[in-house]
Amino acid sequence: MPAPIRLRELIRTIRTARTQAEEREMIQKECAAIRSSFREEDNTYRCRNVAKLLYMHMLGYPAHFGQLECLKLIASQKFTDKRIGYLGAMLLLDERQDVHLLMTNCIKNDLNHSTQYVQGLALCTLGCMGSSEMCRDLAGEVEKLLKTSNSYLRKKAALCAVHVIRKVPELMEMFLPATKNLLNEKNHGVLHTSVVLLTEMCERSPDMLAHFRKNEKLVPQLVRILKNLIMSGYSPEHDVSGISDPFLQVRILRLLRILGRNDDDSSEAMNDILAQVATNTETSKNVGNAILYETVLTIMDIKSESGLRVLAINILGRFLLNNDKNIRYVALTSLLKTVQTDHNAVQRHRSTIVDCLKDLDVSIKRRAMELSFALVNGNNIRGMMKELLYFLDSCEPEFKADCASGIFLAAEKYAPSKRWHIDTIMRVLTTAGSYVRDDAVPNLIQLITNSVEMHAYTVQRLYKAILGDYSQQPLVQVAAWCIGEYGDLLISGQCEEEEPIQVTEDEVLDILESVLISNMSVSVTRGYALTAIMKLSTRFTCTVNRIKKVVSIYGSSIDVELQQRAVEYNALFKKYDHMRSALLERMPVMEKVTTNGPTEIVQTNGETEPAPLETKPPPSGPQPTSQANDLLDLLGGNDITPVIPTVPTSKPASAGGELLDLLGDINLTGAPTSAPAPASAPQISQPPFLLDGLSSQPLFNDITTGIPSITAYSKNGLKIEFTFERSNTNPSVTVITIQASNSTELDMTDFVFQAAVPKTFQLQLLSPSSSVVPAFNTGTITQVIKVLNPQKQQLRMRIKLTYNHKGSAMQDLAEVNNFPPQSWQ
Amino acid sequence: MIKFFLMVNKQGQTRLSKYYEHVDINKRTILETEVIKSCLSRSSEQCSFVEYKDFKLIYRQYAALFIVVGVNDTENEMAIYEFIHNFVEVLDEYFSRVMTIDNV
Repeated sequence: MPAPIRLRELIRTIRTARTQAEEREMIQKECAAIRSSFREEDNTYRCRNVAKLLYMHMLGYPAHFGQLECLKLIASQKFTDKRIGYLGAMLLLDERQDVHLLMTNCIKNDLNHSTQYVQGLALCTLGCMGSSEMCRDLAGEVEKLLKTSNSYLRKKAALCAVHVIRKVPELMEMFLPATKNLLNEKNHGVLHTSVVLLTEMCERSPDMLAHFRKNEKLVPQLVRILKNLIMSGYSPEHDVSGISDPFLQVRILRLLRILGRNDDDSSEAMNDILAQVATNTETSKNVGNAILYETVLTIMDIKSESGLRVLAINILGRFLLNNDKNIRYVALTSLLKTVQTDHNAVQRHRSTIVDCLKDLDVSIKRRAMELSFALVNGNNIRGMMKELLYFLDSCEPEFKADCASGIFLAAEKYAPSKRWHIDTIMRVLTTAGSYVRDDAVPNLIQLITNSVEMHAYTVQRLYKAILGDYSQQPLVQVAAWCIGEYGDLLISGQCEEEEPIQVTEDEVLDILESVLISNMSVSVTRGYALTAIMKLSTRFTCTVNRIKKVVSIYGSSIDVELQQRAVEYNALFKKYDHMRSALLERMPVMEKVTTNGPTEIVQTNGETEPAPLETKPPPSGPQPTSQANDLLDLLGGNDITPVIPTVPTSKPASAGGELLDLLGDINLTGAPTSAPAPASAPQISQPPFLLDGLSSQPLFNDITTGIPSITAYSKNGLKIEFTFERSNTNPSVTVITIQASNSTELDMTDFVFQAAVPKTFQLQLLSPSSSVVPAFNTGTITQVIKVLNPQKQQLRMRIKLTYNHKGSAMQDLAEVNNFPPQSWQ
Repeated sequence: MIKFFLMVNKQGQTRLSKYYEHVDINKRTILETEVIKSCLSRSSEQCSFVEYKDFKLIYRQYAALFIVVGVNDTENEMAIYEFIHNFVEVLDEYFSRVMTIDNV
């Protein structure tokens, strides 16, 4: 058989391949040749073949059949064989292969070999892929070599020890005595690897860390070494662009950082040297900057004195002015880390940071944006906002959403005046309108409502904004809402802040109608527009007929939401015209409630529905008191938590309030417009009655989606049925109407229904229609339950029923698990 | 800690790869192509540090060859940048007249 080709030939041949398929063919041919050569147990060429195999492995082709050959090579006496064998072992073998354990004996022998290069090979391999068993067996040998005077071996042994410690942390103590003398070496290789070993030990074990801080003279030693490096003259062996062994310097600085963290004594010992490094290092080349960067990180992390910290931040500021992108990136990253602790110092560099917003590099822009938001405060808000808005205009789409949210947050916290705040939000909506998050719309509307004196100005600006372009949905939604609310201010031209514009009622209706018709408007926007038009019917005088016409057209719209609204508004025009003006009055000032789950719904519903009530009704009437606590126990405590009511309005103070989350303001929504009972009209200000009249009606203006109803309980003649409705506007709310009926011959009196749900849900129980379930199924008690299910989990409920029947008090508990999936998904 | 060290040419062919943490062999090729793609797409004005999944990539271009080092968070990026150059200088010193040849 001809001698197998050399590695170089192989590489050349592979490179001539034009396509992937050609390359694969060549490699397969060569693999076959190698395999047959292995089978022949050819000693002379084994190493050459394994080398080729390793190359092919690197290109991504399987090479597992070479593993045993590697072992054979390791066992051979020739150095060239051993070298390739160990390399192969490092690349092909790892803990997952069983074969690797066979190496242990070979390595052990080689660790005691007479030639240092062989010992070095063994150490290298062990340090690269040694498994925990191997490490345990051989740790003693490694430790012995760590103490030898041969610096070539010492440095390799140190790195091997690092690997051993990583694999078998318990062996760390074994290496401790050997470390005492490591730093006394002159050889930089040994110094470097020793520092790595010490770093690894300190990071892994807090005990070691404490030990090194106290007992050893470690910090002074390190300081001394670092000083020598800086102060010493030119040393050709270690020089990199004029700096002596920067890699060692960086390592030492990192170890100092670990030692000095949270430790006053060590930090004090390092202060001088850190200052020295910071001032003496040349910054013209990348090398110097790398060292300075590490120094800055160290200064920020340890308990350094304030002068040093200021020095560090100034260095970062200088980095920011540097032309090199890498340095700017690194500076921005570090500033971001330090802005929390050293806010004032970072403020000084604000203008540079803001300039970085205009950089071309994406990573730099992102860092600069985050840092800018962190630096905004009451003093610089105006200037910063100008820059940030400019940035919003010109940045890439992936930033726009974050930037818009950040701007809103900053504006909310630090706005100097209401007008400025509204202007800023308007600017964001017009430039990045489509990237704004959904919850910004209700927040903005609430803000506008609260700044009463700005209404005219706001509505005028919004009107002008959508005149030109009504494609940005959040902007259009806000504008439509405002025009609906404050349309009278718009046409009367009462604006103080700006030049009032002359707008006629028809023009306003024109724009709202075009929003309705436009293809670009989503369903929600159309809803806003239709409601706005309706509200204008009370605020405008000449165009009521036109409004009536528009509303009636949409009574047959395909969009179910619009259709329902239009039909109801039509009904309002026809049958309840006397109520219209009361219903469509101005919205009251909304209180800012904490923005957690339930109240988010409150805001949205409050605006999309057209029905303002003068007062916020306290939520459902009489709550069961002592029984509520029992119910808490029933659910085993770990399931349910007493839910803290989030609505600050007055409500019946009772123990029941703990159990049931009170989504009081939802009652506002839609109720009056669907109230057919004339009796409810004059009683708008007395909510309990309103609710009573409604408890049998769906409380959302949304269509039931055909969810099957279930029988939740049926026992002793008492049957309770649940029917479901889902809200279109808020898919995590389910409205359950219960109907209790009694098939026995006697009435059930004092009927009380209670329910409890697991922790992730929130429940609101409205008042029942009555407390008597008449006999023989002649009537039912209805009651409405609203469940908020933000995590869309499976709905479960425990119910408790108490009533008097046949002269005795009855009480029962049941669990309802048969909720249909459509009710909670 | 350095996770991997790659030398890849502009066409995406790996010239040298060393992994310091075990990565499956089929995942390696995917990793290499993705890494080289993100490095190639950057212009000369952008910085040499790229964030990729949970690594940071530090790359340096020498004519048609890219040297890419993947590190985790604890490393000083600029020191690694310097290290890459040191490596190339060592090769140059040891093998003399190091250059990339695509077709021999």
